[in-house]
Parts: sequence; structure tokens; C-alpha cells
Amino acid sequence: MTRPATFRSPIAEGRPPVRLSGPDADRIAEIAGAVPDPELPMVSLTNLGVLRAVDVDPDSGAITVTITPTYTGCPAMNTMAEDVVINLRAAGYPDVTVRKVLSDTWSSDDLTQEGRQALRDNGIAPPAASATDRAAADAPVACPLCHSSDTEQLSRFGATSCKSLYRCRACREPFEYFKVH
Amino acid sequence: MTEQAVTQQAANGPATGTTSSPSSAVDRRDIAEYALRLGDDALVLAQRMGEWVSHAPELEEDVALTNIGLDLLGQARALLGYAGSLTGRTEDELAYFRSDLEFRCAHLMCLPRGDFAATIGRMLVVAAYQWELYERLSESADETLAGIAKKAVKEVAYHLEHARMWTLRLGDGTDESHRRIQVAIDDLWPLVDELFRTDDLEQRLATAGIAVDSSALRGPFDAVIDPILAEATLTRPDVPAAAGGGRHGRPSEHLGHLLAEMQVLARQFPGASW
Repeated sequence: MTRPATFRSPIAEGRPPVRLSGPDADRIAEIAGAVPDPELPMVSLTNLGVLRAVDVDPDSGAITVTITPTYTGCPAMNTMAEDVVINLRAAGYPDVTVRKVLSDTWSSDDLTQEGRQALRDNGIAPPAASATDRAAADAPVACPLCHSSDTEQLSRFGATSCKSLYRCRACREPFEYFKVH
Repeated sequence: MTEQAVTQQAANGPATGTTSSPSSAVDRRDIAEYALRLGDDALVLAQRMGEWVSHAPELEEDVALTNIGLDLLGQARALLGYAGSLTGRTEDELAYFRSDLEFRCAHLMCLPRGDFAATIGRMLVVAAYQWELYERLSESADETLAGIAKKAVKEVAYHLEHARMWTLRLGDGTDESHRRIQVAIDDLWPLVDELFRTDDLEQRLATAGIAVDSSALRGPFDAVIDPILAEATLTRPDVPAAAGGGRHGRPSEHLGHLLAEMQVLARQFPGASW
């Protein structure tokens, strides 16, 4: 059995690492982690922080990819799981099982810097830097379009579980905010 | 729910070693029954919230109510999946192929959705109860229940805040909005007591550090609710408690009708997927 390794994306400092075990696990984690979120296609599973483990059975080559939902009812989980299987099959890994776990609990803190920038580049305000630091979590949300902090919440709930609706008072544009969670 | 749901349930179940119940002295059927109670509460209320699709007073609220329903459905799937994994049934079998006598939800969850004030009043009570419950259940000695609770408590905090803001707006709004939310609170209040009744099964699990003693939640619940009602200029009802019995196979008169709609497709076309 090859040595257990930990796959840590260079942009993901400070977030829980993806647990790896077995041969080729780091390459498999790269492929599985590159799958886009079906609702937020600018963010990969790695950058969303929902990829938790890749375990490869050294004898059979059977792969288990472990992912965790952002919200318990997130309907994108099934599509994510299917896409992980499809992408790994295309890369030559036929025996893939996707396991879904609830702990360790996902937090918006698990979103990588790259993921936050991708949201911002696509007009979605990323979550405050820390879900546990109340001051940071309650700081005003900056408009992803004109960067003004003069914004207001329209609704705590948006088009997907993970987002709420905001409006910028400066540029008057509505935008979505990826909730602190 | 889909095939993957079953995979998820199987993956979360004890067969793969991801779940451990802390003591062999604890009867797994007790844990299954407890998970069923919490899961049925969430499932039935999710169905009620789903009834608001396209009926809410404004678009943002339509999205909010159904998002809250989706959170509850997610919690229900995790809880029923776990209950099923302990008793050899799938979450779909539990959701779609039990009769009203086999459900374990509190009567409050079954009340018809009523007007918007009735929905907000119930959301306030249920979210405050679930918030106190899941916060404590996060420390459960049962890893699966603790994992579900850690996820759920963050979601329920949003529900509570949403209900709190609407309760203030309605209670302290116009005469008509005040009247409606007060009527809503008055109508549901006899059903609140049932949420805080404990029984032997729950006590056995609470002693083992697995379940939360429901009767211990009443004080913290009142401490959350009373200031909100006061700020909303609403009167806390002083009424006798209803008989209840939802946790023990004496379902609300409304449950059968709800299940008829929720289960019809699965029963008419078993195994259907789309």
C-alpha cells in the first residue's frame, strides 16, 4: 500500500484538507475535485470545500470518493455524485462509489480563496471571511459589481439554499450573496 | 427521492462503519424510533411548506418558504435514512409506504398551512423548538444523530430568524396583520405542549447520552419565544394543552389527508422515477 497522502490545494490554506489513502489518490482527487457545482458552475467541488476524502483500495482499485452537502436538502448533491463518477470513468477509473457524509460539517469557511474569487468574478458576493467570527460575519456585504458596501438585504433566501438576495444602493443592481453558514 | 438517496442512506448507515452507536446496551430500535419522530416532524412540515409554491404573498417569500421546506426535507431524508438503516427499510419506504398510524410526528406539524400568518406562527414555534433541540443533539453520543444535528442547527437558525422578523412585522403592523398573527398563535398554542413531552423511550436514550430530554427544552424555548411575542405586541395564550399522541400512533386528524397527497404517486406507481 502506498503511503497515505494529503491533497492540499495551494489556494486552500487554512481549510480542512482532503483525506487521501491508496494508490493514485492525489490524481483522483484532482479529477473528482475539478467537477463543477451544477448550480454554481464557476466553482469546483474542491473550491466549494465539499470534497472530503478519496480512498483507493490497493488490491481491487475500487475508489470511494466522499463528499458532504452544503445544506442537507441541497438537490445538487446527486448531480455532483453522478458527475464525479462520469469524470473518473472517462479518466480510466471504472470502479467508483460516491459516499455522502454529514460530518465533519461543511461551513462556508471551507470555500477556498479561488472559489471566493470565482464567485465575485461572476457577480455573486462571496461569504464573509469567517462563519465563527461574529464581527466578520456581520460586516456589510460588498457589491460584487461596483464594490460599494452600501448594500441591503432583500431576502434571506435566494435561488438556491446557499444564497440570499441583496441590492446595491450605489449602483442599484440586485445581486446574490453566498450566505455565511 | 432517487436511487442515490438509497445509496446515501446505505453509506450513512452502520454497515460501512461510519456510524457507531456508543453502547451495545442501547436498543437500536429505540434509536430508530427516535430518529423517526424527528424525521417525521421535518418531513410533514416540509410538505406543508411545499404547499406554498406559487401561493406566497410575494416572490421573495415564495422562494423563502420553499427553501425552508427544502432544508426540512433534507433533514427528514437524513433522519429517515438513518432510522431505516437500523431497521432494514429505505427512506422511501418510510416516507411513502407507512399509514398515518405509523407516523410519529407531533400534531403541530400536521395543521393545515392556513393563511400566511398561520404559517409564520407555526414556523416560529417549530424553529425555536428545533433550534434548542438540535443545538443539544449536536453533542449526542450517537455520531450520526450528532452529525445531522450539527448541520440542521445552522439551517434552523435561519428559519427562526425569518419567522422572528415576520412575527414582528405582522404583530406590530396593521390591525389586520396583528389580528391574524394573534389568531394564528392562539389556534396553534394548545399543540405546543406535545413538543415538550418525554416518555420512557426518550428517557432511556437521554440517559445513554443519545437523545435530548424534550421536557428540558421547555424553559429555553419560552426564553426564546416570550420576548419575541412581547416585542411583536402579541399576547401569549393561556390555554389548556391538547391531548396530542402523535409520537405514539394517535395521529392528527389532518395527517391522513396530507399523506394521501404526498404518497399517491409512489403508491400508484411503485418504484417510479423521473
